[in-house]
Amino acid sequence: MDDSILSNVYILGGIAFVAATVLYLVSKKFAVRTDEMVIKIAEALPQANCGACGKAGCADFATACARSDESSFANLYCPVGGAAVMQKIASLKGYAATDRAPSVAVLRCQGNCKNAPVKVEYDAVSSCRIANRISSGQSGCPDGCLHLGDCVKACKFGALTFNKETGMPEVDTRKCVSCGACVKVCPRGLFEIRKQSQAGGMVYVACRNKQKGAVARKNCSKACIGCMKCSKINEVIKVENSLSYIPPELDADTFGKELAENCPTGAIIYKERIHD
Amino acid sequence: MIKKFTFPMGGIHLAKHKVTTDCPISNADIPEFVTIPVKQHIGSPAKIMVSKGDKVKVGTLLADADGIVSSDVHSSVSGEVVKIEDLPGASGYEEKMITVKVEGDSWEEDIDRSEDVEKEINLTSEEIIAKIRSAGIVGMGGAGYPTPIKTTIPENKKANILIVNGIECEPFLTADDRIMVEKAEQVIMGARVLNRALGIQNAVIAIDENKPRAIEILTALSKLYVGVNVKVCKTKYPQGGEKQLIRAITGQELPLGKLPIDIGCIVQNVGTVFAVYEAVLKNKPLFERVVTVSGDGCKHPCNYLVRIGTPISSLIEQSGGLDENVHKIVMGGPMMGNAVVNLSAPVTKTTSGILLLQDGEFTKKEASSCIRCGKCAQACPAGLRPFAIKQAVSFNDTVEHMRKLHAGDCIECGCCAYVCPANIPLLDYCKIAKQEIRKK
Repeated sequence: MDDSILSNVYILGGIAFVAATVLYLVSKKFAVRTDEMVIKIAEALPQANCGACGKAGCADFATACARSDESSFANLYCPVGGAAVMQKIASLKGYAATDRAPSVAVLRCQGNCKNAPVKVEYDAVSSCRIANRISSGQSGCPDGCLHLGDCVKACKFGALTFNKETGMPEVDTRKCVSCGACVKVCPRGLFEIRKQSQAGGMVYVACRNKQKGAVARKNCSKACIGCMKCSKINEVIKVENSLSYIPPELDADTFGKELAENCPTGAIIYKERIHD
Repeated sequence: MIKKFTFPMGGIHLAKHKVTTDCPISNADIPEFVTIPVKQHIGSPAKIMVSKGDKVKVGTLLADADGIVSSDVHSSVSGEVVKIEDLPGASGYEEKMITVKVEGDSWEEDIDRSEDVEKEINLTSEEIIAKIRSAGIVGMGGAGYPTPIKTTIPENKKANILIVNGIECEPFLTADDRIMVEKAEQVIMGARVLNRALGIQNAVIAIDENKPRAIEILTALSKLYVGVNVKVCKTKYPQGGEKQLIRAITGQELPLGKLPIDIGCIVQNVGTVFAVYEAVLKNKPLFERVVTVSGDGCKHPCNYLVRIGTPISSLIEQSGGLDENVHKIVMGGPMMGNAVVNLSAPVTKTTSGILLLQDGEFTKKEASSCIRCGKCAQACPAGLRPFAIKQAVSFNDTVEHMRKLHAGDCIECGCCAYVCPANIPLLDYCKIAKQEIRKK
């Protein structure tokens, strides 16, 4: 009886020992050599794996950084980590750190239940991309927010919350790392990653409706009607398909206030300080 | 007993709700303005041939087919073109539409308006197809695929059988049923015209067993003509689907990704066949169609002969108007149709019905979690696994994975969502998966 237990222990122990030796030898022989630089850079990264940098994830970004030369390094930027992380990586590499103005996601629609009243009820799946396929939405605006919150589900940083009173998602600018997940997921392309001005301000057109002025106004009181007033204040602003777009290069500190005050429908939003 | 044909896989049995079976087709009032979309078919929008201020007659060409997969659009009224601009359609999205202000009712001279049934066909195949093309005929069952492309047989392929689809398996709709009862001879002549165009002598009119009058009339008439037969199909949804119908009538399974012509079949809706008859033998372009206005919220359900471009609201008005009980308005059948967002949207070549539905049987209930019962897979006539497709979509799986599940072969019949005990809107997910696959 004792013998059979002991023999089992010896046999199994023997198998385990042989297997461990083989595994050890194989792992030595076929070890993947990783660049130490990659490991160091990866440690410095936030490890959010969000893909905001344009790479497949943090490991991919670290590899790209390690392999980059001085000129291609200037094109790499981790928006989640921001300037601090890039500084760390740059010092590891011995290059100059790339500096970019801080940016934030903005929602270019003001079609909440007050501005754009509900005309038809939607009772199908609570998903923007399904609703977008079925109809133009509850307010009738074919380019406006669908109020179903695909963007809120997509945000990995908790920067988007759904305001039940207005029926619109809201961006917490302090939490937003401008990864662009909301830009990709919105079926109507309502989000945009915009750079802040030097004083930390921002000016943008909060409307994407390309319908003619009168038609757009019927569905939403804060729609852009393409009146061209903003383009007269600064020529950089282009009005196409009766929709104005303020390019991010425009200095918000200088023109922002004037633009917002002169917009007849209030479609242009100017914030002196984005975090306030 | 006669043998009844059907397809073997999946399918469901629905309540008929065909309250308008005995309502004769009546002419709907011509509204003050009609708005005619330039894209009422699959393919590229037609090129606009008129300009603002032009006077048009009934049957005047408004827009010309742009390319092969496109279709002509004709005026359905006489009057003046007042607007050519983007207007919201039934889904609320804008489409290019031509608005015509109605003045009188004068028709183009070459349209034969007499009631007599024309029985002589002396045209060649090419002439017939040219006439179908210039009449702007598209598939009137709902898809809107241009008919001339279907009737032009590609080289090295051969047509063996023309199936005239008189199934109309959706609840409520009776437009095709009424055409078969009232215009039986014309339908048979239309089938003969198509027979000639295809160079065959084998047309089968497939009718659902729940249409006894149509079966009786067409069976009696078809005995007088060579090359036209009637076959009775079992009542089962979606018997009227192209693949299901081919399987039922010929016994052949349509391979995935193939067109019916690849196995020698051509399927045309009864409405389309009637339009072909009128176009070829009466010189009448497609500018009016039969529409069923029905539903449990409709006061006076009826079948109307409607000019294309008539606003939906005008038809609802004629059927007794709306009241607060109406919860949802659907264009098409209750299974495959879409909810209407905008009541000023026009009736198009593919509108088979307008349904006013009350809250209850036809509205969506709150969805709960999948209990893995597999009912959806049992009901799917395409043999798919809707629950797996739903999972793939909601987990944002790769397109490759959706393709492996054959989501692209979904016929959007809605059986899966109908049978689901958890009320999961499976069809919506399948449609998204289809869209993702098509995008790639």
